[in-house]
Amino acid sequence: MLPIMQSSLKLLKTAPPTAFLGLTILTVVLFAGVFAPWIAPYGETDVVGAPGLSIGGDFLFGTDQIGRDVFTRILYGARNTVGIALLVTAMAFFIGVVFGLISAVSSRWVDQVLSRLVDILMAIPPLILALLILTIAGTSVLNMVLVIAVLDSTRVFRLTRAVGMNVAVLEFVELARLRGEGTWWIVRHEILPNITAPLAAEFGLRFCFVFLFISALSFLGLGIQPPTADWGSMVRETSTLISFGIATPLVPAICIALLTVGVNLIVDWFLYQSGMRKE
Amino acid sequence: MHGTVSEFGNRAQGNGTSRAAILEMSGLRLEACSVDVWTPIVHGINLTVHKGEVLGLIGESGAGKSTIGLAALGYARDGCRISGGSILFDGTDLNGCTDKKLRNLRGKRIAYVAQSAAAAFNPAHRIIDQCIEVPVHMAGRRRSQAIKDIKRIFGLLQLPDPESIGDRYPHQLSGGQLQRAMVAMAMAGHPDLIVFDEPTTALDVTTQIEVMASIRHAVEHAGTAAIYVSHDLAVVAQMAHRVMVLRHGAVVEEGEVGAILHDPRREYTKALVSARQTSHAHRPVDTDDEVIISVEDVRASYGKSPVLNGINFEIPRQRTVAVVGESGSGKSTVARVITGLLPPDRGVVRYGKGILPSFYGKRTKDELRQIQMVYQMPDTALNPKHSVRDVIGRPLEFYLGLDKVQREKRIRELLSLIELDPDEFIDRTATELSGGQKQRICIARALAAEPSVIICDEVTSALDQLVGEEIIRLLNDLQSRLGLSYLFISHDLATVRAVADYVLVMRSGDIVDFGSTDAIFNPPYHEYTELLLSSVPEMRQDWLYKLLQDRDNKKATDLRKRIAAT
Repeated sequence: MLPIMQSSLKLLKTAPPTAFLGLTILTVVLFAGVFAPWIAPYGETDVVGAPGLSIGGDFLFGTDQIGRDVFTRILYGARNTVGIALLVTAMAFFIGVVFGLISAVSSRWVDQVLSRLVDILMAIPPLILALLILTIAGTSVLNMVLVIAVLDSTRVFRLTRAVGMNVAVLEFVELARLRGEGTWWIVRHEILPNITAPLAAEFGLRFCFVFLFISALSFLGLGIQPPTADWGSMVRETSTLISFGIATPLVPAICIALLTVGVNLIVDWFLYQSGMRKE
Repeated sequence: MHGTVSEFGNRAQGNGTSRAAILEMSGLRLEACSVDVWTPIVHGINLTVHKGEVLGLIGESGAGKSTIGLAALGYARDGCRISGGSILFDGTDLNGCTDKKLRNLRGKRIAYVAQSAAAAFNPAHRIIDQCIEVPVHMAGRRRSQAIKDIKRIFGLLQLPDPESIGDRYPHQLSGGQLQRAMVAMAMAGHPDLIVFDEPTTALDVTTQIEVMASIRHAVEHAGTAAIYVSHDLAVVAQMAHRVMVLRHGAVVEEGEVGAILHDPRREYTKALVSARQTSHAHRPVDTDDEVIISVEDVRASYGKSPVLNGINFEIPRQRTVAVVGESGSGKSTVARVITGLLPPDRGVVRYGKGILPSFYGKRTKDELRQIQMVYQMPDTALNPKHSVRDVIGRPLEFYLGLDKVQREKRIRELLSLIELDPDEFIDRTATELSGGQKQRICIARALAAEPSVIICDEVTSALDQLVGEEIIRLLNDLQSRLGLSYLFISHDLATVRAVADYVLVMRSGDIVDFGSTDAIFNPPYHEYTELLLSSVPEMRQDWLYKLLQDRDNKKATDLRKRIAAT
């Protein structure tokens, strides 16, 4: 067995019940997303019954406002929303970590220029900025991914710069500089391995925010476009049903809440492992 | 002060034990938590402190001395817990006491003095407001009365200007003054017991004396019982009546100070008492030695404040040049200039005959290779994520271009050279090593570059006394085998004496005294060197008393001379 597998198994054994709950939620959602076409009883956009059927009955979670199976759309929604959220978070991290580390180890001037640019981006409320850019550039999935990734990378930049600077002033980094090592080697070998724990924890949190952000944009009509299923727009589309006493819109809302809670439970466990949280 | 000191001396001989006990610990056990497993760190300690008695707790790091000191307040640090035994303070068992009861005792009846006063004071409040918190808010005394009282205590602790010093903020006091202010804060509630946790360890030798003298004076005057925690037996010998030697959470030996110093029973105590006797066969001083590094008229500054005002010295081949001085004397800056971390404002550093570029980034790989550093804190000098193989292997790969097989062979050779078993240590990371082992790895990393000079910046300061001596012995041994030159920066004169061929004494950016080790450590002394030398605590009970008397006498004679001259 590979040593990394052994150590992760050992880590799993020490995981508290809350972390297990989080891991279970995440696994179920990922599984649903990946295997949606095989598990789902109907097609993503098929109209299969009368509109607004309530939970239970012929359809597990009822049908939406035009008669599509909500259960099917939840499965496909996991694929779209969670998949895009993962992609966005990964991109935000790539941009944020690279520039954050450059800022942490470079001269004061480079740091100042980068930090002030980030300040400018952060000064504008992200939702308004995103709405503005998407309205101008047009609503497509690619545009949305790029906009959220750039906006979110500012937060990652801030964190990476801060924790990176803490490590960059330590003596083993000074020693590597005195040895004549290049900046890239120092970043790669001396700094990055020492900041992975807070970055991993931040990844989980960022993922939640990105996910909620996409849901919010979709709810406002600028995110993922119909008829593609995603949890945020499902809440919006079915929201009128709630005034008829039908609980269908709660289903995607609960899914969003559950996934957010699940990821946060895992993040808390990570933070505890890295010694940043006490309980 | 004279009277109190001799009275103290008498009591130290031993009448103290007949008094009533203020603190009685029996079977005290503490556990620490690491990765959800509780491991015992203190194994059933029995300890008694009588009223008005000072008990010294001594041991190396990890011996549990601070943990026991804190347990006297019924307190366990985060990740620790009191798992058994009783802590009877004046009849109340603090183990299992309610938080409310404990809060009521702490400050008023038991007080604590931490190692770093700078970190213990709130920088946003005046000294006096922090000091009278206990009497005013806990004991409910009138503010005006508390202020009057604390000013008296400031005077007792020989703080300058006791009437107004309390109006200052913590950053306006020196390290030694701040430490004394913290003692005043502890004494403000007139407690029955004060726990001193290494109160002088972070101070310079000359400051340490002042603080030790005033603590002793004040404790004696107030008749307070105290627990004095320290790693330095010589310091404890000046402060305590009785000493308890601890190791790995258990008592090694306990007894009157005199008995421990003159007639230690256990091997470990004997080693502690006889420590600092490593000596170094000084080679005869020879002016024709080939010079490796020469520092010529170097001036350097941080921003606008000058730190070095024109420094000249040379490091000959296979010799050790020691730089001694107190904090702020500029001794570490010398190292930063030589390595190129701080380019000097004026002057040059030569390697052999050639001038080294002043900034390290401009130096060639070979110039960088010739000068290696070993730092004070091995914890921060080793990347916690790297294994020993990575740490030592990198310079081999980087400078010498060895391939994987050659590297492995050389790493093993180097590990044997620093007396660590290659099979056992090569795969460990820094977190799996003790302090002394880490420092050895740092030395091996420096050796891997095959340098001609190693700069040792306070390499033994963060280590326990006996471990530090092992490192010194290793450094001496490596020097004679490999022909290395050392620049040895230290504030510890005993260590310097054991390693150096030449000694530079620095004070506020100037070299005030320079010469061979024999010349520096033997009379006639330079005035400042003598002050430093006489301030190093000795393993004698009456050392502090005699020293203070000598200094008083000298002052009196000087005054008389001056009067006679006029």
